[in-house]
Amino acid sequence: MGRYVIRRLLQMIPVFFGTTLLIFLMVNVMGDPIAGLCGDRQCDPATAAQLRTEFGLDKPVWQQYLTYMGNVFTGDFGTAFNGQKVTELMATAFPITIRLTLVAIVFEIVIGISLGVVTGLRRGRPIDTTVLILTLVVISIPTFVTGLLLQLLLGVEWGVIKPSVSSEAPLNELLIPGLVVASVSLAYVTRLTRTSIAENARADYVRTATAKGLPRRRVIIRHLLRNSLIPVVTFIGTDVGALMGGAIVTERIFNIHGVGYQLYQGILRQNSQTVVGFVTVLVLVFLAANLIVDLLYAVLDPRIRYA
Amino acid sequence: MRGATQVRWAACAVAVALAATACGGGDSGGGGGGADGIVSSSWGDPQNPLEPANTNEVQGGKVLDMIFRGLKKYDPKTGEATNMLAEKIESKDNQNFTITVKDGWTFSNGEKITAKSFVDAWNYGALLKNNQKNAYFFGYIDGYDKVHPETGKAGATTLSGLKLVDDKTFTVKLTQKFSLWPDTLGYPAFAPLPKAFYTDHAAWVSKPIGNGPYTIDKYTKGSSMNLRKWDDYPGDDKAQNGGIDLKVYTDNNTAYTDLTAGNLDLVDDVPASQLKNVKADLGDRYINTPAGIIQTLAFPFYDKKWDTPGGIKVRQGLSMAINREQITNQIFQKTRTPASDWTSPVLGEDGGFKEGLCGKECTYNAAEAKKMIQDGGGIPGGQLKISYNADTGSHKEWVDAVCNSINKVMGNNKACVGAPVGTFADFRSQVSQQKLHGAWRAGWQMDYPLIQNFLQPVYYTNASSNDGKWNNKQFDDLVDKANAESDKAKAVSTFQDAEKVMVQQMPVIPLWYQNGSAGYSENVTNVSLNQFSVPVYEQIKVK
Repeated sequence: MGRYVIRRLLQMIPVFFGTTLLIFLMVNVMGDPIAGLCGDRQCDPATAAQLRTEFGLDKPVWQQYLTYMGNVFTGDFGTAFNGQKVTELMATAFPITIRLTLVAIVFEIVIGISLGVVTGLRRGRPIDTTVLILTLVVISIPTFVTGLLLQLLLGVEWGVIKPSVSSEAPLNELLIPGLVVASVSLAYVTRLTRTSIAENARADYVRTATAKGLPRRRVIIRHLLRNSLIPVVTFIGTDVGALMGGAIVTERIFNIHGVGYQLYQGILRQNSQTVVGFVTVLVLVFLAANLIVDLLYAVLDPRIRYA
Repeated sequence: MRGATQVRWAACAVAVALAATACGGGDSGGGGGGADGIVSSSWGDPQNPLEPANTNEVQGGKVLDMIFRGLKKYDPKTGEATNMLAEKIESKDNQNFTITVKDGWTFSNGEKITAKSFVDAWNYGALLKNNQKNAYFFGYIDGYDKVHPETGKAGATTLSGLKLVDDKTFTVKLTQKFSLWPDTLGYPAFAPLPKAFYTDHAAWVSKPIGNGPYTIDKYTKGSSMNLRKWDDYPGDDKAQNGGIDLKVYTDNNTAYTDLTAGNLDLVDDVPASQLKNVKADLGDRYINTPAGIIQTLAFPFYDKKWDTPGGIKVRQGLSMAINREQITNQIFQKTRTPASDWTSPVLGEDGGFKEGLCGKECTYNAAEAKKMIQDGGGIPGGQLKISYNADTGSHKEWVDAVCNSINKVMGNNKACVGAPVGTFADFRSQVSQQKLHGAWRAGWQMDYPLIQNFLQPVYYTNASSNDGKWNNKQFDDLVDKANAESDKAKAVSTFQDAEKVMVQQMPVIPLWYQNGSAGYSENVTNVSLNQFSVPVYEQIKVK
């Protein structure tokens, strides 16, 4: 187990450098960011030159990358164009997005898995068909449509929620945006759980457990669900990273000032410090989530062992 | 037992969800009404740190407008520059000015405002080392080339043209005659700065201190700013409300949705996609008034293909091939007005705006347009490419419409095409590095309501924003002559003579004047936009 974890951690290093380098190059090919700082007029050449030196943009790209990575290891993610430290931006943005992601994950787990279990055990019945059709509908509608529709109906027409989230983004205001972010994954979790449960419901160990006279609830939760959750856990785990990075659309609709907002702003202003910094952290989150998922396998199914 | 906890968990989550959404709505606004009422307004994240000489876009400018007052102030209705902190500004030769500062003004932290508050602020703004993006505003003052050389290090730290006489007085020497110069002093870059700005700069930037009708109560960078009325404000334009809460929106559609849901009082940028519904949604709470912005098509005069004698006819022909009326009606829903000169209606007749100055050269005439373009030798390279940035501002729609209009006139589907550039920064860098060899969208937002500002920085030889590198001796001479004129009416008419040179040369094609469009809730009254399309916040009244 220990050796496995170490090997996985070592594998992260090249992935980490590769992705950051790629992002760095991509932001760089978009052109000279200083040119956009002065609006529809030309920056005066002396000031522009000085800003370029200040942000290190006058050096070759490989040197910029090395300096940047060197700084990152000392915890310095650079400065955004509006004079704010990128770490400061992260400190405000990440808590909000993490909260949003948590809300989404809780929805996925609670609603997704419960629906999956219910439909998996009642295959072919009307409830199963209804849920299947509903999840298909959810999957086929793009997130921004669901988001705008809920915002219009709940926010403007019925006045149940505020159409935009306030800057502190408290948990209760994130419920509807969280549901929107979760919607597609939720549908997948439902379907995955359903299939898995339906498959395992006829397995020998379930029959044995039932034959032993165990109560039905205990059979389902202890035996059936535990074994059926492996694909679901994989999906939810990888989804953590995807949700954090992919919330850009939803964050924009509900005006949530999280990671998506900062990334969008950074890309629009071609602020490589912001973009690379945030993506670096997202890559780390993604890698960590994957590692945790792999380790969870062993907990769910003791037959899986890592040498 | 384990099963039971799971079920309870789910029930809890659902209960929380229901309870939370139920209490999410309802409590909007807050605070009392009347003179203490708080106005909530949409905002964008300022691009640069909030310093007077470093702010060159509307969002930061909005805040400076609330927390600063300078020597002059532009009347929000007429645009006329009137004395604010200046007691008098005198000059005998239009080049040497003596400025006297009024008594009784302080910054909101109690520090007295003297002539030194201005001189130090201007020297700071001009000095190269301080990276101020509006440094060029001080370019008319003598000694600017020393503190802000084009290359290399500054040779001096203060402007030699600025001299402190006593506590109340200072003198300014300009590099050239410029009779309208005092009228430029209403721009925020010329604001006075308190000592705290220099002594603890980081703290000042995180919570700026000024001398305007509002003080900053709370500033959360990137998301919101709460401004409150400053009770001891000595000026006569005191705030009519208790304060302004600015809230950053990434998407102006969300701001508009918030306005219609009663969650926000003021949106100063109605999204293009909502213009069709805005009348039905807001009725007469929708404002659509001219702003000091003109949009144009610019050409590369550094490219020999465009700088030909026949080129004049081609450009005039292209101008006549654009159906401005139709495009402003159909694409912009009348939030633009077809342009017929190179200034803006906000200047007014006395200020130099002259409707129809461009004449038939800016009027749609399909038959003659085609003839002119062909007489001039046709479009250089056989095809007109109009470059624009595709990331913001929905420029694609109107560029396509302009091309469509030209193509129809030419009877050729390929005569004109749009050439999108991914980001604004990339677009600007291609423009400033002279990489474009076709036309590009250009725009000019005025710094101060003066005809000089619409012409000199954009079309004068080697001027800072003369991106197409057009040069014309006759035009330059007329601008110089206008600047030296001591009589304002005479100066304005000489500037218009310079504009007539542009009709004959058509260095850029004027397209339309942009309007400011805003909407407000039933909660507030007396909302208007000034010439910079910024709401006049201090006049807003809360019901």
